[in-house]
Amino acid sequence: MSSLAVRNVRKVFGTVEVLKDIDLEIGSGEFLILVGPSGCGKSTLLNIIAGLDTATSGDIVIGDRVVNNLSPKDRDIAMVFQSYALYPNMTGRQNISFGLEMRRMPKHQQDEIVDRVAKILQMGHLLDRKPSQLSGGQRQRVAMGRAIARDPKLFLFDEPLSNLDAKLRVEMRMEIKLLHERLKVSIVYVTHDQIEAMTLGSKIAVMQGGEIRQFGSPQEIYDQPADLFVAGFIGSPSMNFIRTEAVEHLGSVGVRLQTAEETFVLPVHDAKKSLRTWIGRELIFGIRPELITDSASSQRVGRNVHTRTCKVELVELTGPDTLVFIRINGEVVCCRVRPEQAPKANDSMELAFNLSKAVFFDPKTEKRIA
Amino acid sequence: MAEHVQARIAGPQIVGRIVVYGLLALLALYYLMPLFVMLSTSVKTLDDIRGGNLVSLPAEITFDAWAKAWSGACTGVDCSGLRGNFWNSVSFVVPAVLISTLIGAFNGYVLTMWRFRGCDAIFTVLMIGCFIPFQVVLLPMAQTLGVLGIANTTSGLVFVHVVYGLAFTTLYFRNFYVSVPDELAKAARIDGAGFFRIFWRIILPLSPPIIVVCVIWQFTQIWNDFLFGVVFSSGERQPITVALNNLVNTSTGVKEYNVDMAAAIIAALPTLFVYVVAGKYFVRGLTAGAVKG
Repeated sequence: MSSLAVRNVRKVFGTVEVLKDIDLEIGSGEFLILVGPSGCGKSTLLNIIAGLDTATSGDIVIGDRVVNNLSPKDRDIAMVFQSYALYPNMTGRQNISFGLEMRRMPKHQQDEIVDRVAKILQMGHLLDRKPSQLSGGQRQRVAMGRAIARDPKLFLFDEPLSNLDAKLRVEMRMEIKLLHERLKVSIVYVTHDQIEAMTLGSKIAVMQGGEIRQFGSPQEIYDQPADLFVAGFIGSPSMNFIRTEAVEHLGSVGVRLQTAEETFVLPVHDAKKSLRTWIGRELIFGIRPELITDSASSQRVGRNVHTRTCKVELVELTGPDTLVFIRINGEVVCCRVRPEQAPKANDSMELAFNLSKAVFFDPKTEKRIA
Repeated sequence: MAEHVQARIAGPQIVGRIVVYGLLALLALYYLMPLFVMLSTSVKTLDDIRGGNLVSLPAEITFDAWAKAWSGACTGVDCSGLRGNFWNSVSFVVPAVLISTLIGAFNGYVLTMWRFRGCDAIFTVLMIGCFIPFQVVLLPMAQTLGVLGIANTTSGLVFVHVVYGLAFTTLYFRNFYVSVPDELAKAARIDGAGFFRIFWRIILPLSPPIIVVCVIWQFTQIWNDFLFGVVFSSGERQPITVALNNLVNTSTGVKEYNVDMAAAIIAALPTLFVYVVAGKYFVRGLTAGAVKG
């Protein structure tokens, strides 16, 4: 059963089309991430789902009801905001029970729910404090408690972690994930952080310019990005894009690459048919940094792994991996190697190119070819 | 080395301090002088006033002038002092302050949390109200009061002051609420609170600092108002400012400076009282929201 469906939703402010025909659907218990750069329309879409904003056209379906004309309180949703939006004049307990009180729930029942929620989130000691007496993480916890207390069909999160410091953000991220697994609720979560998107989501909608560029599972989006934008947005450090020419190579397709020292062709075995039609034409070859690595950590077996010796221009330490930068076809290419294998800048090293997950894009339409 | 530098700076610093404090003391004295003259004159006898000079201390202290100003001085033909007018003023100032503050809070809430098409234009038009001189509205206001049937009544005066004060109170509250995140209202809407309940339960409880500012401002303005009082009320219903003017201008032989001074102080006491009680909130309220807490 679907828990949320967005059907052909458009939103126009004056002459600006903020959302262009958004269409998506998630099942019960799914964790949907709306991710994209600022201004892509993701928060507007969330507000429309919440009923805080109205769509110019299209339908919002929550559960099995079309909720277009229902006010936020009747949509059976709860929302966690970026600024937490805790009522400053109320204690944690009052913040959590306010929504219940508005629904005319008897007092003893309210108390029961508050206590249960406090137990789930382990925040019993925060209940009697005002928001001003709480730290950022504690406020976030109370805000989540307020959402859980309502026991809604759908949870909406609007960049809930972006006001927290890096360490706390990772902790709360894990906690949201645990919570989702325990409560098995449906969640729509807006973020601009692609790591949050990858770690939390069961479905990701990558948005840009008011459109959904790709909608799929995190792994699909990572391995088979629909276009250049998605490929570049998801993943850190981002995918390398190399402008090159597809050539006929030993009965298959290859890409012609040029370093400072040599020009060579890397064959793409098991190439899709769609790629074969590009022989002789220019395309964009995309390969993630972890697929160009030192030959020791690369899987040597596999027809699609080829080693080459390249001159390293720059070396960056990150701790678990070291990033080395080489130059191919005039563009800087990032490779991920084990720290103990990393050379110094301007030295040469042997790098293994794994083309089994390489992707190819049409330079004009920016769509993926294969 | 560091001590050396400090020692060299210390000299000019002390001189600077002396100049600053000296200047401040001088200015304070300058501003307090009239108050001193009023207070000392009000407790002098008439003979003392005639004999001495303006700044001399009273020879003997007597509160007869205060008693006369309160309950025996003549304004025109009526000789019952300012007592009645004092309560007149209280009776229209209090409702006018409360009503204009409450409506201002409500306006501010609507203009910030429930933004609608043209709300900025409405706010701009409201702001023009702050710059309209009193004299301009006298005639239209008199007509309006006549149509409404509340000319020459206490409620009429309350109405005038509420209308005139709205521009200011709306400005105060609107600017205060701009710094309140509108996600608060959104969260409350999702929680199921309606328009009025969000105002009453969420927004108004945040507002004490700006309410204090508003009350002080409105109280001072309305209590000290003379023009509306003299135009829109008459006889027994006149506010204290008008009565004070009449008292000072009524000459029945001897000019009683001590009574005039006592009456003037009585007329100024309530605003002084409000400042003393709520002054620290006034300063706090004016700067609240300037720094995000």
